[in-house]
Amino acid sequence: MHLARVIGDVVVTRKDENLTGLKLLILQPLTPGREPAGRTLVAVDSVGAGVGEEVFFVRGKEASFPFYPVEAPVDAGIVGIVDHWTIG
Amino acid sequence: MQIARVVGTVVSTQKNRKFEGAKLLLVQPIDPDDKPRGNAVLAVDGVGAGVNEKVLVVLEGRAAGEALGKKAAPVDAAIVGIIDQIEFNDNLK
Repeated sequence: MHLARVIGDVVVTRKDENLTGLKLLILQPLTPGREPAGRTLVAVDSVGAGVGEEVFFVRGKEASFPFYPVEAPVDAGIVGIVDHWTIG
Repeated sequence: MQIARVVGTVVSTQKNRKFEGAKLLLVQPIDPDDKPRGNAVLAVDGVGAGVNEKVLVVLEGRAAGEALGKKAAPVDAAIVGIIDQIEFNDNLK
């Protein structure tokens, strides 16, 4: 899993039917020091995250597991909102 | 998933049979603010996208196969949505 900040959202009307009802958010992955870590991506939300929040997300087909048995065609999903983290 | 812009179409006659009936498009990943990022890739289209449209692309094998509606398809990228609108705050990066 990876740390990220939610920086935006995406509206998609015409889409794969198994994406119906899912919220899509734009994430900026973060280093533990809260610096940007690589390129932004779009992730599906299963925990009620919002713009400005720090979250953790999973990559790969596992991102669709929260929506089982619907086989959502997704490759990144927010699976938790981070309250806080500390280093060291 | 990645935001991308459709930049072209690809036609292939001799191909794996799982590709039969599939539309292949060339997509250029972009930032939320529309800047190209990285190399263009080929993606199967599951939603009827066209050239110049902004789309949502999955870059993972099994998810792409699901978008195509076929099991064990040799694909690793698929267009799963056409983007109407993007809203983001650059200051949060």
